[in-house]
Amino acid sequence: MGKTFKTIDEAVIRFAGDSGDGMQLTGGRFTETTAIVGNDLSTLPDYPAEIRAPAGSLAGVSAFQIKFSSKDIHTPGVNPDVLVAMNPAALKVHQKEIIPGGTLIINTDAFTKKNLKFAGYESNPIEDGSLDDYFTLIPVEMNKMVTAACEGLDLSPKLVGRTKNFFALGILFYMYDRPLDATEAWLKKKFKGKDAIIEANTRALNAGYNYGDTTELFMTRYKVEKANLPSGTYRNMNGNLATSLGLLAASQRSGLKLFYGGYPITPASDILHTLAIWKHFGVQTFQAEDEIAGISSVIGAAFTGKLAVTATSGPGIALKGEALGLGVITELPLVVINVQRGGPSTGLPTKTEQSDLNQALYGRNGEAPLPVIAPATPGDCFYAAYEACRIALKFMTPVMLLSDGYLANGSEPWKIPNVDDLEDIDVKFAHKQNSENDFLPYLRDEDTLSRPWAIPGTPGLEHRLGGIEKEENTGHVSYDPENHHRMVELRQEKVNRIQNDIPPLEVFGEDHGDMLVLSWGGTYGACRSAVETLNEEGKKVSHVHLRWINPLPKDLGEIIIGFKNVLVPEINLGQLLRLVRSEYLVDAQGLNLVRGRPIGASTIVETVKKTIG
Amino acid sequence: MTDVQAPLLTKKDFESDQAVRWCPGCGDYAILAQAQKKMPTFGRKREEFVFVSGIGCSSRFPYYMNTYGFHSIHGRAPAVATGVKIANPDLSVWVVTGDGDGLSIGGNHFMHVLRRNMDVNILMFNNRIYGLTKGQYSPTSEQGKKTKASPYGSIDYPLNPPSLALGAQATFVARTIDRWQKHMAEMLERSYNHDGGSFIEIYQNCNIFNDGAFEEYTGAEKFSNVIELKHGEPMVFAQGTKGIKLDGFKPKVVDMEKNSIDDILIHDETDLDLAHIIANWTSHPTLPEPIGVIYCIDKTTYNQEIVNQIELAIKTKGPGNVQDLLNSGDTWVVD
Repeated sequence: MGKTFKTIDEAVIRFAGDSGDGMQLTGGRFTETTAIVGNDLSTLPDYPAEIRAPAGSLAGVSAFQIKFSSKDIHTPGVNPDVLVAMNPAALKVHQKEIIPGGTLIINTDAFTKKNLKFAGYESNPIEDGSLDDYFTLIPVEMNKMVTAACEGLDLSPKLVGRTKNFFALGILFYMYDRPLDATEAWLKKKFKGKDAIIEANTRALNAGYNYGDTTELFMTRYKVEKANLPSGTYRNMNGNLATSLGLLAASQRSGLKLFYGGYPITPASDILHTLAIWKHFGVQTFQAEDEIAGISSVIGAAFTGKLAVTATSGPGIALKGEALGLGVITELPLVVINVQRGGPSTGLPTKTEQSDLNQALYGRNGEAPLPVIAPATPGDCFYAAYEACRIALKFMTPVMLLSDGYLANGSEPWKIPNVDDLEDIDVKFAHKQNSENDFLPYLRDEDTLSRPWAIPGTPGLEHRLGGIEKEENTGHVSYDPENHHRMVELRQEKVNRIQNDIPPLEVFGEDHGDMLVLSWGGTYGACRSAVETLNEEGKKVSHVHLRWINPLPKDLGEIIIGFKNVLVPEINLGQLLRLVRSEYLVDAQGLNLVRGRPIGASTIVETVKKTIG
Repeated sequence: MTDVQAPLLTKKDFESDQAVRWCPGCGDYAILAQAQKKMPTFGRKREEFVFVSGIGCSSRFPYYMNTYGFHSIHGRAPAVATGVKIANPDLSVWVVTGDGDGLSIGGNHFMHVLRRNMDVNILMFNNRIYGLTKGQYSPTSEQGKKTKASPYGSIDYPLNPPSLALGAQATFVARTIDRWQKHMAEMLERSYNHDGGSFIEIYQNCNIFNDGAFEEYTGAEKFSNVIELKHGEPMVFAQGTKGIKLDGFKPKVVDMEKNSIDDILIHDETDLDLAHIIANWTSHPTLPEPIGVIYCIDKTTYNQEIVNQIELAIKTKGPGNVQDLLNSGDTWVVD
């Protein structure tokens, strides 16, 4: 009986299992192969805060979703076409999100009485018919299958059992016609020296593939053709790696060595891990005793002439607040990265949120303005990090980069740039006195208002910085009221002048219409997809995405005037919304969903339609 | 001769043009004067000195030194100094802090900068009081101290800075006193010459809020109440009339007329066990207050290890190329 191929534009699949089932790894392998095949893709890892919640519990379910397409896509999708559920808890947590008629691939070996009870099932959903009407159910005895496949190998049953994620991966590779060789090569590298493990996983992978081929459960296979991406060399890229690479590129182009001081925190730690590997680039990493020491060391390194960076998440920014003010008043170039997560307090450490915008803009004592930039996609983290460094160095100021958990862990195909094509970063240390027989550390550049950067070791330019108000030009301690007012204004004006360095906004769609969707940060993809859909339906809707939130681009006000309505979708209760309303006196409305996950494009579409019909 | 002529600098070269604004009679003046006098004798260029401080009276210090300086925020000077030293290990980095700044709000950084053996010189002005906030008890104030914040007497127990430093794995721990100028000069030089994190506790009189706190170590009876530690020498004090003997682990004061010098404890600044015993004498009711180098050993510094790791990585992997790194991983070409 012949199997048929069906060509589809896109598919969304989700792997879900226990924290220990290797779902992130499985999703990662599917993603790499999908990238190599040439689809456009977007991923959404979703894992619990606990390293190992009790096995089989709802709290311990870890999932990885990928959307891949032959078209240009912007989001990882909301509802999967295929769900792989490795145990009852994974099914329980995720079944309600599968599209009606979607495919459910289930590891029936994990559907024991104990696990079913733990997940809150009164009867076995595979047997009681409760799923049959809604989904195509494919029960597979994965543990038995891998046990058979690994027969003869010198491995404990426990280790053999662990290969079942590769069996599931093999099935999906079969369904979507993907090659196995990249994964096999990866296994060889990853488990070098552990031949039995390599062999077991390779056998499990192939067994899964062959299972798909030989059983009649999969009569239709799907083809997703290559996406028509701009020409170039690509690799798959996640946000935290892109951020790290952007910093390194800025280090090269500025000629400054990179200093990173920080404290481990989810979901920012990967930046520390990545930079720590790059010692042969001269990167110095310092794992500090706490968040405050992290940024304090960065301030010391900036004073001493490094490209100085720290990364953390919201709780860490809270701790760094006082030191950030010190960075503002001493006017040193620092890049401070906040990979936002759910808050307040410890909040949802592994989930995404955009709720630290107010903290970035206002979270310091005194008038302490600092520039705020946010990347739009995982790959864009590279350019945003690079830009943050460039502006910090050019304007001698701390810059806040607002990434988020979704961007940090999500991935997409990324066209590899040429480092030499990036915008120049021109750094000039002060070498000589800038006034008659004197060095004035706060004598400003006329255009940018930045002050000179004289680093320790430079003869004749000895000076003292500090957190007490500075006298204009000389930088001496000053309590003079007029001087203080002037310095407060100058620090604000300096940040405002960054507007001159920001390119005009790009309006996606017409420059006037019924609705402007205005976004920042990680909601870019959902907003762009939604506006594309609405345009296809003939709606007069456009999209503007903000890269800089402080300062806001010069042309935003004029753009807003062209639209009857403005919608600001955010994963917070309306932080950019309030800023836009107060800044432009526009009756913008918000779409605010704070669930620790991305906003779906369809939700935006519905909201826009409710307003404009 | 190919020697580079060491710059001939004087105390004047290290005085900034800023008016010193401590209270008249403050012990800080003596420390500043000694630092300004000592720094030019080290044969190092002025621009290679960096003084970093936190918040408090003592932390105004960098403004008065005509070197690079950083008056940072409360308690964080060791962390700022860490960034300076890692960024440029060739600099001579000094941290100026106080008992509140260094041990209370900045206690965590104090502990870790010493644990890492970061090559910075920490001068902790201990006046056992909060001066800048006008007289609250500090983590080194004696229990029962009456201050505005403790009108019925403080119920906090004080901590012992040298013991804390030793517990944090410091490689250089010393103590001196503001009025002991020559001794202080010696300690500054020892600290400068120590390749590693060094900690000097300086007893400093706050004549406004805690006047006379160290009177017994600086007044007429000072030689009877203070013992100067000297490496390899027997521990005698009170002009040689008294000495220290160990009874098991317990030190006791003995009369030298009745004891042979051979029975007196010999100071060994490389002996950690002995250092812990000496550190415990702090404010002891029957023992003299120890000053001098309590402990000093050689151990590779954190800043050196960073350099070593980077050099090794470059040697084994070759210098990194950013473009190659970008092009690495699984890549594919779209025509």
